[in-house]
Amino acid sequence: MPDVPSLFYTFHFYLFGLVAMASAVVFVTRRSPVSAAMWLVVVMFSLAALYVMLDAQFIGVIQVLVYAGAIMVVFLFVIMLLNLGHPAELADARGLWWKLAAGAVGLGLVAELFTLVRGATAAPYTLPAGYAAQQVAAEGAIAPVAGPLFHEYLLAFEVTSVVLLAAIVGAVVLGKRRADAR
Amino acid sequence: MRPLDLAVPAQLMTALGPDLLLVAGAMLLLVWAAWRPPSTAHQRHVGFASLALALATGLYVISSLYAQRTATEGPIAVDNFRWMADVVILLGTVFAIALTIDDNARQDIGTAESHVLILFASAGMMLLAAAQDLMIVFLGVELMSLSVYALAGINRRSARGAEGALKYFLLGAFATAFLLYGMALVYGATGSTNLGDIASRIGELRLAGSPLLVIGVALMLIGFGFKVAAVPFHMWAPDVYDGAPSPITAYMAATVKAAAFAALLRVWMEAFPAAFDAWRPAVAGLAVATMIVGNAVGLAQRNIKRMLAYSSIAHAGFLLVALAAGSGQAGSALLFYLLAYTLATFGAFAVIIVLSRQDDRPVMIDDLAGLWGVRPWLALGMGILMLSLLGFPVFGGAGFFAKWYVLQAALQAPAPQVALAVILVLTTVVSAGYYLSVVMVMFMKPRPDDAPAPGPTPGLTRAVLLVSVLAILVLGLVPDQLVGLARAGALRATPVTVAPITARAPRP
Repeated sequence: MPDVPSLFYTFHFYLFGLVAMASAVVFVTRRSPVSAAMWLVVVMFSLAALYVMLDAQFIGVIQVLVYAGAIMVVFLFVIMLLNLGHPAELADARGLWWKLAAGAVGLGLVAELFTLVRGATAAPYTLPAGYAAQQVAAEGAIAPVAGPLFHEYLLAFEVTSVVLLAAIVGAVVLGKRRADAR
Repeated sequence: MRPLDLAVPAQLMTALGPDLLLVAGAMLLLVWAAWRPPSTAHQRHVGFASLALALATGLYVISSLYAQRTATEGPIAVDNFRWMADVVILLGTVFAIALTIDDNARQDIGTAESHVLILFASAGMMLLAAAQDLMIVFLGVELMSLSVYALAGINRRSARGAEGALKYFLLGAFATAFLLYGMALVYGATGSTNLGDIASRIGELRLAGSPLLVIGVALMLIGFGFKVAAVPFHMWAPDVYDGAPSPITAYMAATVKAAAFAALLRVWMEAFPAAFDAWRPAVAGLAVATMIVGNAVGLAQRNIKRMLAYSSIAHAGFLLVALAAGSGQAGSALLFYLLAYTLATFGAFAVIIVLSRQDDRPVMIDDLAGLWGVRPWLALGMGILMLSLLGFPVFGGAGFFAKWYVLQAALQAPAPQVALAVILVLTTVVSAGYYLSVVMVMFMKPRPDDAPAPGPTPGLTRAVLLVSVLAILVLGLVPDQLVGLARAGALRATPVTVAPITARAPRP
């Protein structure tokens, strides 16, 4: 992020922000799960663009790879496996009160956001201006993430892979077709 | 020898030696298990290899115990508490694999992966025993739990097994959320996941009363409470224990509990000694509720696996007494108790496997009627195991000393827990109602004429039964040697002075 945002920067920042918000609204109002999932992809991409503009290039790439890529594919798999792709068959489970409650929670979150933006954040929780850009210039965008991951938290990182392996083995063992269930 | 520097990967590997051996071996065995189509013979071969791997890991652990290495502060601890807890865990692993080989053959389950899942779960438990960082605690809990969820439902022909596995999975996931949220709040309050750092920051920053920390500790206690089946977080246990295959039930009741208690004790003693006052009444309340409910409801059970499930809940209550004592002595009392409990539980489930039929019908206490007349040795072994679970002197062997040491730890703690000790003794008397009823049924009731004779005892089941009964009796004769080792396994607890608590009503 430049110290004084140029018009070009500001324009694109608001553009992606508006696209993200509009797509999010469309996402929650779709009746078809598949098209809702597709709109969620647009939200993810806009957020990724915002991350890149905020000098968090690595998080932006991860956002696209993991959220827009892997997690959305899993969503679509589940939707198609459970055969939820036909909106006509889906009864709207959400009643009026449910919608009102969700709207109230949403308004609460917006209010919280406004208070946080307007109020001054306490010093320990803020970074100096341009800190992220300096970090990227000094170490690159990936090293600050990779360093702790492969030094400080090496053991946790490696154990995570064993946890995932055990989960996959368990799922396959339970999901495999039984030998005697011909 | 210089302490291991855990920041250097090579020395971290040395510190993790037994764990690495177990995980690497389990991965190789996984490839072999998946190589051939499932069959009883194949699961038997993989089972024997898994048994050998668990035994080898056990030897490695014992050699590490005698090597007396130390390490710098890091994600894992290198101390005797860890190695002693590993011995208990691996003993349970060996028993579980041996019984699973026989039980799979009996139920015609050809899934060779069941042994590999036991090994993965044990690797998670060993990490739990070692973990000195909340992240490693969480990953250990997950590795253990995910493997055991699958194991609970490994018999896919059993509807009760599927029900139990699903319940275990859903409530376990729920408990994990509590645990993780608690850890996040503790991290938020202290800014560290390392147990030692958490303790020093709580002291330096005077955080003991901070709401963030108190709520975090409470949520973590709830998460662990689910894992060890402490009342009121025990609802899942009877159904899950009843539905799972018997060897897995024994593994869940004894070994999962052992690992969870080892981690619980370490986290509480190393991270929260300064917040002692805040959490001690909660632990004491949990202990009282667990002892009373577990033993009282146990009296009403006729299905022997459900009875042992409530017995397991009650034993969690006794173990919580040791935790509430919160002294260095409590650590060794806890380890000795877990060892005795592991031996007795696996022995009792070995007997249940012998008495189970091919069909899915549960074994009732009345099925044991007149067992002394048809299978005297089996009846004698089961009698000793029941007395050990009860904590009966002499004939109960190690079980008596286990309770004795917990009582001692409770009474000799910096703040003597007299009320808890009294409730422990009283509920033990109540538990005699169901343990002795099993003994009475076996020795005094006549065998119904139409009762089929129990089938022959498979070799490995016989071995497990023999080893557990003999070990209980030998430990009952010479507990001092082992307690010496367990004492060496005491955690280095930061000494704290605390006010004694008075008797509290069980939490609703």
